[in-house]
Amino acid sequence: MALYSEKVMDHFRNPRNVGVIEDADGVGEVGNAKCGDIMKMYLKIEDDKIEDVKFETFGCGSAIASSSMATELIKGKPVSEAMELTNKAVAEALDGLPDYKMHCSVLAEEAIKNALDDYYSRHPEKKKEQ
Amino acid sequence: MRIYADNAATTKMSRAAVEAMLPYLEEYYGNPSSLYSEGQKAKEALEEAREKITRCINANAKEIIFTSGGSEADNQAILTAAALGKKKGKTHIISDTIEHHAVLHTLKKLEKEGFTVTYLPAHENGIVRVEDLVNAITGDTCLVTVMYANNEIGTIQPIKEIGAVCREKGILFHTDAVQAVGHIPVDVEDANIDMLSASAHKFHGPKGVGFLYARRGIRLETLIEGGAQERGHRAGTENVPGIVAAAAALEEAAGSLGEVSERVQVLRDRLIEGLKKIPHSALNGDPQKRVPSNVNFCFEGVEGEALLLLLDDKGIMASSGSACTSGSLDPSHVLLAIGRVHDVAHGSLRLSLGDDATEEEVDYIIKSVEEVVTYLRGFSPVWRDLVNGKSKFIL
Repeated sequence: MALYSEKVMDHFRNPRNVGVIEDADGVGEVGNAKCGDIMKMYLKIEDDKIEDVKFETFGCGSAIASSSMATELIKGKPVSEAMELTNKAVAEALDGLPDYKMHCSVLAEEAIKNALDDYYSRHPEKKKEQ
Repeated sequence: MRIYADNAATTKMSRAAVEAMLPYLEEYYGNPSSLYSEGQKAKEALEEAREKITRCINANAKEIIFTSGGSEADNQAILTAAALGKKKGKTHIISDTIEHHAVLHTLKKLEKEGFTVTYLPAHENGIVRVEDLVNAITGDTCLVTVMYANNEIGTIQPIKEIGAVCREKGILFHTDAVQAVGHIPVDVEDANIDMLSASAHKFHGPKGVGFLYARRGIRLETLIEGGAQERGHRAGTENVPGIVAAAAALEEAAGSLGEVSERVQVLRDRLIEGLKKIPHSALNGDPQKRVPSNVNFCFEGVEGEALLLLLDDKGIMASSGSACTSGSLDPSHVLLAIGRVHDVAHGSLRLSLGDDATEEEVDYIIKSVEEVVTYLRGFSPVWRDLVNGKSKFIL
């Protein structure tokens, strides 16, 4: 059996939404180079909707695939829904991750939440609406 | 095109080795401890294999014990020296920071049992210094165990000098020569080696076979109790086909040693020169004092596992010392020991060339690594911060 599912390999080989949003409404970064994984998420939010999302990742195959899948799962979705994204949903959408790679999906969830926190800190009024 | 550049992990069995083992799988499958001729034939083959191996490292037949591999031989050698030391009340061992885990974990076990271990630094070039060894020796030292050549960065240790120091001081000297035997000349007499571990699958023999050389007069500790095989030092019916194949493989490797290493070394240096051109990269370990096949680099801003997966897509099989490939949170202890910080050690790549490597393959590897590194850096936040001056380049 291969190390990763075909879905993981597909998202690793052809990551979706790679890059930077210069005028992002929220930016989140998690992990550190010491541990070998860093994810950075950029969000463009309009009318409480994730209009655009981009990511940069330094990390292993599953870290890149998890970032890619997480962006796919929230793109075009209401902010409230993006807020609900779980690492489990990311891993399931990738047809599973090896146990010792589950932390990659956790990083993806955290990176998005981090970016949303950044957005809310720039727009405190939005937070109250929730 | 598939290019196997992971020969430090394991090698393809040589034709000579495969052919040597076949009769002992199908025809002379008898137990070497049996009396009938099929068994005796196997016994003869076993002893012939032992003779062949002794000739390749300049030992005597009674000094070779066949084991399941390099790890078992390392365990047996170290536990033997520890037991002998303890009898004399000596419980100090000297080793170094870049040993294989078969050595390090055995030493850790001994530390729990009351032994003290001094780990010599491997310095930036991945080579221990004899003066550090001399300074570390005490009246309590019962063993010095320093590997012949490192499995990750390929650096060759000053074995002959270490052997001379140990002999003069009357201290047992063991060397894990798994990456050396069959690749560079090894002479246990000349280098004053008391015990040496080797593994067949690293020199085109089969997996699951290795040997321990122990100088005459050293009373070996038994790890596996049972029958009287291997003169009572290693119980269990001998792996005759594997042992015969191991000897055939080593005989062939030792016979063409100079010629092969000269050729492969040229390719290694070509590979090093090519990879050096990738910005913010660095060779790990001494550029010259390394086994002919080993190349090990760090590339800043990329992670090793991603690098390996993409190289695999391009047909290149290699390995890395990143945490993701080691199954632990820390990157390679060897890279950390030679001063590579975590951030950079995660981006390491080991390429170990085969005897049949070609210039064309090396050039393809250089081109592919460059492409993959550039691609991964393209969306690496670490690289972006380096390029934008937010953090400082290390390499």
